[in-house]
Amino acid sequence: MIPFDYRRATDAEAAVDLVHGHPGATFLGGGTNLVDRMKLGVSEPEMLVDVSRLPYDTVEPLPGGGVRIGSAVPNSDLAAHPLIREQYPVLSQALLAGASGQLRNLATTGGNLLQRTRCVYFQDVTTPCNKREPGSGCSARGGYTRQHAILGASQACVATHPSDMAVALAMLDATVQVQGPDGSRKIPVAELHRLPGDEPERDTVLGQADLITAVDLPELAMATRSTYRKVRDRASYAFALVSVAAALDVADGTVRQARIAFGGLAHKPWRAARAEETLRGAPATEEAFRAAAEAELAEATPLADNAFKVPMSRNTLVSVLRDLA
Amino acid sequence: MEAEIALTVDGTRRSLSVDTRTTVLDALREHLGATSPKKGCDHGQCGACTVLVDGRRVTTCLSLAVAHDGAEITTAEGMADGRELHPMQRSFLDHDGFQCGYCTPGQVCSAVGMLAEAEAGWPSAVTDDLTAPVELDEAEIRERMSGNLCRCGAYSNIVAAIRENVR
Amino acid sequence: MRVSPRNSPAFGTEAAAVETGGTSLAAVAPAETAPAEVAPERLGASRERLDGPAKVTGTAPYAYEHPVEEPAYLHPVQATIARGRVTSIDTGAAEAVPGVLAVLTHTNAPRLADTEDAELAVLQSDAVAFRGQFVAAVVAETPESARHAADLVRVGYGEQPHEVELGPEGGTPAARTDHGDLEAAMASAAVVLDRTYTTPMQHNNPMEPHTTIAQWTADGLTLHESTQGVYSVRSVVAPVFGLDPEQVQVFAPHVGGGFGSKGLPHAPLVLTALAAQRSGGRPVKFAVTRQQMFALTGHRTPTSQRIRLAADDRGRLSAIGHDALEHTARIKEFSEGSSTASGIMYAAPNRRITQRLVPRDVPVTSWMRAPGHCPGMHVLETAMDEMAQACGVDPVEFRIRNEPELDPLSGKPFSSRNLVACLREGARRFDWQRRDPAAGVRREGDWLVGTGVAASTYPTHVFPGSSARIRYEGGRYAVFIGAADLGTGAWTALAQIAAEALEVPFEVVDPHIGSTEFPTATVAGGSTGITSWGSAIVQAATSFRDQYGTQPPEGAEAEGATQPNPDAERFSMHAFGAQFAEVRVHADTGEIRVPRMLGVFAAGRIVNARTARSQLIGGMTMGLSMALHEHSVLDSRFGHVVNHDFAGYHIAAHADVDSIEAAWIDEHDPHVNPMGTKGIGEIGIVGAAAAVGNAAYHATGVRVRDLPLTPEKFLR
Repeated sequence: MIPFDYRRATDAEAAVDLVHGHPGATFLGGGTNLVDRMKLGVSEPEMLVDVSRLPYDTVEPLPGGGVRIGSAVPNSDLAAHPLIREQYPVLSQALLAGASGQLRNLATTGGNLLQRTRCVYFQDVTTPCNKREPGSGCSARGGYTRQHAILGASQACVATHPSDMAVALAMLDATVQVQGPDGSRKIPVAELHRLPGDEPERDTVLGQADLITAVDLPELAMATRSTYRKVRDRASYAFALVSVAAALDVADGTVRQARIAFGGLAHKPWRAARAEETLRGAPATEEAFRAAAEAELAEATPLADNAFKVPMSRNTLVSVLRDLA
Repeated sequence: MEAEIALTVDGTRRSLSVDTRTTVLDALREHLGATSPKKGCDHGQCGACTVLVDGRRVTTCLSLAVAHDGAEITTAEGMADGRELHPMQRSFLDHDGFQCGYCTPGQVCSAVGMLAEAEAGWPSAVTDDLTAPVELDEAEIRERMSGNLCRCGAYSNIVAAIRENVR
Repeated sequence: MRVSPRNSPAFGTEAAAVETGGTSLAAVAPAETAPAEVAPERLGASRERLDGPAKVTGTAPYAYEHPVEEPAYLHPVQATIARGRVTSIDTGAAEAVPGVLAVLTHTNAPRLADTEDAELAVLQSDAVAFRGQFVAAVVAETPESARHAADLVRVGYGEQPHEVELGPEGGTPAARTDHGDLEAAMASAAVVLDRTYTTPMQHNNPMEPHTTIAQWTADGLTLHESTQGVYSVRSVVAPVFGLDPEQVQVFAPHVGGGFGSKGLPHAPLVLTALAAQRSGGRPVKFAVTRQQMFALTGHRTPTSQRIRLAADDRGRLSAIGHDALEHTARIKEFSEGSSTASGIMYAAPNRRITQRLVPRDVPVTSWMRAPGHCPGMHVLETAMDEMAQACGVDPVEFRIRNEPELDPLSGKPFSSRNLVACLREGARRFDWQRRDPAAGVRREGDWLVGTGVAASTYPTHVFPGSSARIRYEGGRYAVFIGAADLGTGAWTALAQIAAEALEVPFEVVDPHIGSTEFPTATVAGGSTGITSWGSAIVQAATSFRDQYGTQPPEGAEAEGATQPNPDAERFSMHAFGAQFAEVRVHADTGEIRVPRMLGVFAAGRIVNARTARSQLIGGMTMGLSMALHEHSVLDSRFGHVVNHDFAGYHIAAHADVDSIEAAWIDEHDPHVNPMGTKGIGEIGIVGAAAAVGNAAYHATGVRVRDLPLTPEKFLR
């Protein structure tokens, strides 16, 4: 770890200014992924601007409906918040499926969104990685790819996004509030994370000095019966092989609307638009659910070690929808 | 770069100068001689460094000391009142909830923090009804304690020890 | 009073008394063997750990936590090639980091006196034999500056082609046993099985990383070391540094697990001691990082194992073939002996057991819990399950039907053998008789359910060379022995043995272990600790009473040493056990859960029921972990383990472990040693993974022959 300067920001504008003025600066939240990467030499910031004590630590109902989640709200508090448990159970479940109790007490909403892939090659500075060192090559291709992407990957990068929370947020059509050098703006969570393309070093559309201050959840009646299902190697405390966030609106045996997002399959939370489209107006039957899953996974391109993710994600989605129907 | 900070560790306020790179765990172990929190992985993957910070259970290996200036830290050592063990520690002895003992202070701190979370009604990944009161059965305890690895395989005894302390 | 089978090998159908862990054991008639005896009536009590209060508060000092004045910190630089030479090292930037005291490389490191053990010949040449090998090290005032400076060392390499993969073929023969004619028996049998199984590379991963504090003084070298044997460290390290053994002082009062990986010194210790020669007399501290442990502190070899079985139409084996292939580091040969247990497990007139070793450019292999027996019995017991199925015989009955009368390998009688009693008792407790033999037919909701069984064994050894001293002072008996407690409960069990042998209350015995200040003790390995050290303590106690009677004067002292056992040549000595598991596999996702495990063991006298139960359960839990999770992924292109942390190399977590119970047969074996103990540190893991795998087959109809049992292997 290289020596770095540490500043504690007093407000969002000051934090953004500090980072904006310094190309080697970055924001520090709970630290659970950033400090991890710094120890590995994967991230080498010269200055940390601590935003963990900024007053973005509340969960409030929005005046026009929906909920605003402060970016500094710890994952554990968010998962336990009555508004979330009652109105957005998928989000509570996704948070509770991530990491461990003591890490969720540290990790923040904003930090969870911005955590980086746990691809073993990205985390190992002795191996080439286009995400860590653009142009150096992708070690995962031809290597150990059990955890890697089957959707939306590029020649340059096959990493997956590790967050569970982000999968639920993408399914819920949440938006992030961003404070940047040019003021504030909103970005849908589904558009926050990028596919790798030929710039895998960029995980999100944010600029270096963009600070997430809040996440807004829209009012969504069908979310009260939403769910998150995570399949992993251990029964707990492990990253997803495959996960599904879903909500289903069924009337008289017919699907009016389905919302589906996959985790563990791509460089970003994978909103399953094709599956949703396939289900619209379809009978709420196992056959239809399977057809929807297969439609979404038709273009999956598995790697050497992760072909199982195709049937696993299909089966998991079918099983989740069966339970929701 | 150095920074002056203060930490209250097991009830005693301690001032110290740390490198900005120093984690809370290293500040405790290397600067303050508080070696009850253990370093098992240094990356938030084992839970051996768990303490209570301001009453909440947290890992300390991924927290920078400089960012936790002013924190109130309780380690497993501080949980005991002199020679009088905390009831959770007593239960770990009664149920032989450890072997090598290296993960144990973290398990104890995590268990105490976890019980407080359940008391506050926090659900877990295995809670069926997110809005119902929490009942800490064995499956709940196991899920909530999964952030504390034990290579000796004392899990079943640890769960038995924790159950003794469920109100 | 219940009396267990004794004095003669207990074969077959004899019912044996059984005790559940945690309850005290039934009294048994005294032993009759020389040289010294301990009345066993009170051994087996359930004792709380003497070191317990210090462990639950975290105040028990592990090696790295020993307070030292003005420590310096070490951080190493590891090779980023798997084979070749270091051609250049630029240490300029590292040396410029404030606080750096020294940067060691092969060009400037102190020379070692003895470099024969290539694993320990640290920084003695430019050769790189595996990726991750030490090529430099920084010593600095703080851990942060040492690590930063190490990152700045620039190393140039001349890379040579490397090979790390283990295939199913090749290798040089390491051992071979032939009885009869395996091929002929296979050709003529009614039922045959010929399968190849693999087990992956695995890492011990004790929770406490390998740590060292090294300091040189006028008297020699002082080491606070995370080790399973202070004397093993002394005897290996002294010649490496050209010292007399007495010049090396080693302290290890508390050890955070080892499972074999701390059995012998590894390169990090030597590097730290070398660095401490360049620190101006300051103590140097080095805690190997979790990632570094995957290259530097030993591992279990991957194995490829072919099993051949032949049986008649009644399920009686006529042949057993077991060919095991393992890798070994090119620089240091080590063999687990994975096929060894197949020599003694089952009767069969025709038998061929071979062992081959494949040298590869990999880190040094070493002991990991139940070396050889763990992977070897996993495949034998998986094959036995397949064969039972093929013969149409219940798997418990199949094993009983093939119980040998004598050790098939040596022809000697067993000093005691209660495998059948373990199988029967386990079957009774597990409600085995109600089991439907059909595979893949039980479903509860989304879960497919099955049960499985496997046998377990581990050899009983006593290492010669331990001695103990007993001193009487102030009405208390201090027992000194350089033993180690890495979680085994040795602190407590040794006090129990001393109390028993001295015929005094447990409460007046004070054990002192974990230091070369105390008499010589052999390594805590091979399940020999209590057996070897306890024998020395019994001898010391006998000598003490012979000299001083029951009214010793203040300061009275006596020593005793482990004595040769004349029975060792006459008998085949092994512990046995039966492992049962219930497994649930999710029909949609392949997720696997193990709601229930039961182990019933026949391991001689149990010293401390409480800690013994923990050790057996701990072994079974590690077996569960091996079954479901453990797999070090060696990337053949780079040559290193890429999933080198606890996020990538999964070990079982709380949520993976449901009901696990261990029980034992009340077995009295007068031949093994004065206490009648067989050692329990390793048998718990043996066969546990096979029981889980066999249960998974019973649940799903899918036979997994390559560990671990990850979800995709059950997906359909």
